Amino acid sequence: MIERAFRGSKVEAKAYYRKFEPVVDWEVVLVFGIVVGAFISAILSGSFRVEAVPDLWATRFGPDPLLRIAAAFVGGVLLGLGARWAGGCTSGHGISGTLQLAASSWLAVACFFIGGVATAMLLFGAGV
Amino acid sequence: MVDLAIEDLRSNHRAQLAIGLFIGIGFGFLLQKGGVTRYEVIVGQLLLADFTVFKVMASAVIVGMVGVHLLKSLGLASLHPKSGSLGSSALGGLIFGVGFGLLGYCPGTAAGAVGQGSIDALLGGVSGILLGAGIFAWRYPSLEERVLRRGEFGDKTIPKILGVNPWMVVIPTALILLGLLFWIEETGF
Repeated sequence: MIERAFRGSKVEAKAYYRKFEPVVDWEVVLVFGIVVGAFISAILSGSFRVEAVPDLWATRFGPDPLLRIAAAFVGGVLLGLGARWAGGCTSGHGISGTLQLAASSWLAVACFFIGGVATAMLLFGAGV
Repeated sequence: MVDLAIEDLRSNHRAQLAIGLFIGIGFGFLLQKGGVTRYEVIVGQLLLADFTVFKVMASAVIVGMVGVHLLKSLGLASLHPKSGSLGSSALGGLIFGVGFGLLGYCPGTAAGAVGQGSIDALLGGVSGILLGAGIFAWRYPSLEERVLRRGEFGDKTIPKILGVNPWMVVIPTALILLGLLFWIEETGF
């Protein structure tokens, strides 16, 4: 959808968009809903705060917002790539898929946490 | 009658959008309430020091698993397991996992983190996720051909693989997850 807006109708010819038609469907509005719902919850509980560098990150890597945002961006690229690659994320595979007892989802979620635990331990050391 | 209502919904785009937004707001609200939109909570889970993420996911899976299988046994719902392969589920899962550890949010909780004011989730996370998904779309034809179909096992469920009634897996899985939740609570994580 985003790419279509950027590059016009040419991208629609590609194999990917033939399989996954780019439309604004319920899944797109669901994401906006998550932002709104979390905002309401954070305001009501007084936990809303504008923050670029989480405390845990700052204690290990310092308070530089550029470093944190750069790391978050690289992580985000891998996360977006991996979620499409595996056909789901911690919600789609991790909750909806595992609760249907889908074999693909149990394998994917095990790999999410193997990759995640290994990366976090490398970044922060095992004994935090 | 229920079937009829669901069939109506499949052709009603506007109603789907309204329900999607409504469920998104509820999901985002509860993710933030559960604490899993915080970087510290997610990384704490990955460092095996804080089991909030496990608690949220396991309780959702217990309720959803029993509920969905109950609906299915009553003929009110059908399952939609995703098909998978080693090349897709395992390799994609590991790539996802590295991103998960580096970003400190997953896609849904990154959206929730944006709502609670986390700038790193907005500027780094969301833009990165969009680029990553775009890279996948760009490389999709060759990935599909070379990697995604390796070791394909289809949309089988665990009960189907074992050749047993689904409840023979649902009940033990629910009991094991419940046991783990109580054990984690006892040991103070």
